[in-house]
This record gives sequence, C-alpha cells and structure tokens, in this order.
Amino acid sequence: MTAEERLAVLVGEVRHDPAALPRVSARAARVVGRGPGLDGRRIEDVARSRLLVAACETAGPDVAADVVAGQYAVGDADERRAVLMALPDLEELGLGDGAVPVVLDALRTNDTRLVAVAMGPYAAAHLPADAWRHGVLKCLFTGVPLASVAALDARRDAELDRMVRAFAEEREAAGRDVPEDALRLLASADH
Amino acid sequence: MRIFDPHIHMTSRTTDDYEAMHAAGVRAVVEPAFWLGQPRTSVGSFVDYFDALLGWERFRAAQFGIAHHATIALNPKEANDPRLLEVLDLLPRYLEKDGVVAVGEVGFDSMTDAEEKVMVRQLELAGEHDLPVMVHTPHRDKVAGTRRTLEIVRQVGLPPERVLVDHLNEKTVDLVDDAGCWAGFSVYPDTKMDEDRMVAILDRRGLDRALVNSAADWGRSDPLKTYRTGRAMLEGGYTDDDVDHVLWRNPVAFYGQSGRLLLDDVVDDAGDFAGNTLQRGEPLAPGGSQGVPTAGSEG
Repeated sequence: MTAEERLAVLVGEVRHDPAALPRVSARAARVVGRGPGLDGRRIEDVARSRLLVAACETAGPDVAADVVAGQYAVGDADERRAVLMALPDLEELGLGDGAVPVVLDALRTNDTRLVAVAMGPYAAAHLPADAWRHGVLKCLFTGVPLASVAALDARRDAELDRMVRAFAEEREAAGRDVPEDALRLLASADH
Repeated sequence: MRIFDPHIHMTSRTTDDYEAMHAAGVRAVVEPAFWLGQPRTSVGSFVDYFDALLGWERFRAAQFGIAHHATIALNPKEANDPRLLEVLDLLPRYLEKDGVVAVGEVGFDSMTDAEEKVMVRQLELAGEHDLPVMVHTPHRDKVAGTRRTLEIVRQVGLPPERVLVDHLNEKTVDLVDDAGCWAGFSVYPDTKMDEDRMVAILDRRGLDRALVNSAADWGRSDPLKTYRTGRAMLEGGYTDDDVDHVLWRNPVAFYGQSGRLLLDDVVDDAGDFAGNTLQRGEPLAPGGSQGVPTAGSEG
C-alpha cells in the first residue's frame, strides 16, 4: 500500500467513529510515514491534519471547535502542530473564532515547532490585534522566520512597527545582533 | 563514543547537562516517568507531567542534538496513593504516542498490595499496547523485591526479552539473567552501582542484554556516568566496539522492540534501527484526499 492508501484506511476509521481520532492520530506517523514531504510539510503533519478535517466533517459543523479543542488537548506536540495546520481547512466548516484559544495556547509555549505554525492563515484571520502583534514579536524572539507569519504585510500596523523597533533598539543597546527579519520589516516600514 | 542513556530524568536537569552530554557522545535518551521527590496529589499533575515528557522535554533535548524518548507509567511510590489510581485510566492514551518506547517505571517500592496491583495492571497494558516494560527494583529489600517482580512478570506472561529490570547490583543480576530479562544498571556517584563494579559485572556475565544508565535526576547523580563507564570499559581492556555494544546497540535493541525509536535526526550512518524508520519521503496531498502535489506547490 502507498502512504496515501494507508492514510485512507485511517481516515475511514475516523469517519466511522470521530471519537477514535485521538487514538488514530497518535499512531498516524507510524502507519502512514514520517519525514519531509514534497511540499515542505512533514508527511505526519499532513496525515494528522487530514484526519482532523475528516473527524470535523463527520461530527458536524456545530461541534468542529470542540473536536479541535479536544484533539489539541490530548495530542502531543507533533499532533498539536497538525491541529494548528488544519485550521485554515476547517474555515469552511464554520469554525469561526472557535479555535482562537488553541492558537493562543500554542503562542504561550516556547516550542518553536508550535509557534511557527500558530501564526498561519487562521491566526491572520481571527486573532485579535494585540495577540497577533505579540505573536509576531514572539517569532522574532524565538528565531521563527517571519515567513511563517501569514498575511504579515496585510495585518502589520504602526503599533507592530513600534514594537519591533523597540525590540531592535533593545538588542542594539545590549550589543546583540538584531534578527535579519526584524531589520527587513523596519526597512520596509520607513518607506 | 556514541551513547544512548536508557534511563535519565532530564526534566530535573539543566541545559548545561545537555551540552555536556552531547559533548561526551550522548545522542539519545529514554526518560522514564517517575516520582518527582514531592508527592503529587492529583491526576491533573500527571497529565501535565506526561505532556511535558512528550512535548517540552523532547523539544529541549532536540535543541542539543539529542533524541528524547519516554516511558510512561504510574510509579511504584505513588501507586500507594488512592487519589492517583485514576492515572491508570490515562495510560492507554499516552501509550499510543510516538516516542513512548515502553511502559515504566513500574515495580515495587515498599512491596505493598497496592503496588502489586498497579504493577500487574501496567504489565497487562504493556501487552495490550505492544510495548516493552521497564521495571524498577526497590532500594530496600532489593533481592526479595526483584524475586517477586520476576514471579509477577512470569505470571502475567510477558516475554522476558521485552522486560528490562533496572537498578541491579551484584546480588540481583543473576536472578534477572536467569529469567531471560534485560539487566539494567544505574551507575551513581556513590550508591546503586559504580563504574568499576559495572565493568566487573560485565567481565563475569558478558555484554549481552545489559543496559548501563546514569538514572540522573534531582538527587546526587551524574548524567555523564554512561560515558565514564565507557571509559572504564576501555581501561579494562574492552574495545570501542564492545563499548558501542553496551552503550548504544543494546539500548537500541531493547527499546527498538517498541518500533517507536526516533533516531533519524541524530544518527548519520544508515544503520538499521529495528524497523523504527518508516517510508520517509513518500508524498501525501496536503489539503484534499486525492492528488499528489508537485515539488514547490502551495501547502
């Protein structure tokens, strides 16, 4: 069986019983595969994201936010990353702001695997401005490339520029390097 | 020297330790769930502890080039607190996770009925989740505790090669060898076992089915005891390959029985790790259920 076929079997299990999602997600990497995929995402992330989408589709739009919160709560860090990655795909199920608490939880960690994914398109669309700005700043602090921040140009504002400038000045005062991403952002703010 | 420490409590250690371990050759560890010194009072604190073992600690180790795995269980001491028995209900969820390579530490502390009941249930869980078991032997009344532990393992019916009995010494190693289980040795600054005694035991019984660990935690302990034991082996006339046998290949062989070792990021050579690496690089369509993305397509 190919990886795609092995994943299809797992998706079938979840569609049959959405409550099986935690168990199926836990072993997804061992069954489907692990490691870099063709599109820059890891195979296990893609597999687990699709399992979550399948569970939400089966459980129904009213409870999509509960399924997301439940799976995030019982998942390990890899599984949580997959939950965060799946959020844009759940928009059409009417997720709305329902997964904001999960994104905020990920941004409270210092785990860069989670922080990077948390600032994706769902965060761009749903995070309140203050939380979103602090998310960008957290990326700079923890070394997550700003390329991970979806819609950076569209959502940035004068307040974010001020915060990044203050961050850069603090680093300079300490004689420390300022991340390239921060300098680039500030350079474009000056125009 | 490449080193796999099969028993070390990294949540109790600093980043300096991680740096020193990597410099000494440590590339992989197993962190068994255990007692934290301060007894816990609720199931919730076990949830956070288990999550930390599989989340933050694995991330922290990776920052220093060390692959981190865990064993999960309700430890013998806290098995005596009735408020914590519901931890057993959490275990099936955790025992399915990647990087959980055994049930453990289980075993005896004071050899109470409660401890025995919890141990038996967890040995059964190991069978149900197809995992090896890591058994702690008691510090007090160790010979009797080891003997009773081996009886229970036999009664539950677990294959002995899937059971590691840890913290052994000169008085208990033969019992474990005779039972066909793996023998674990915790090399400490001044208590359980030391480097020279360890080499003497290896001289006598050979290198197979022996795991040497530092069991470093929040007590007086040394995360480089695995390395120091390797040095003592070399000084005692063993070869580099013998040291690799004990400090790397043995733990890989024991914990590899789980099929869940995650060593790809820390091992350069294309060795066979007991089938723990699966189908790297096979494509999956990121969004929908069909189709294979071409390289560079949008995720």
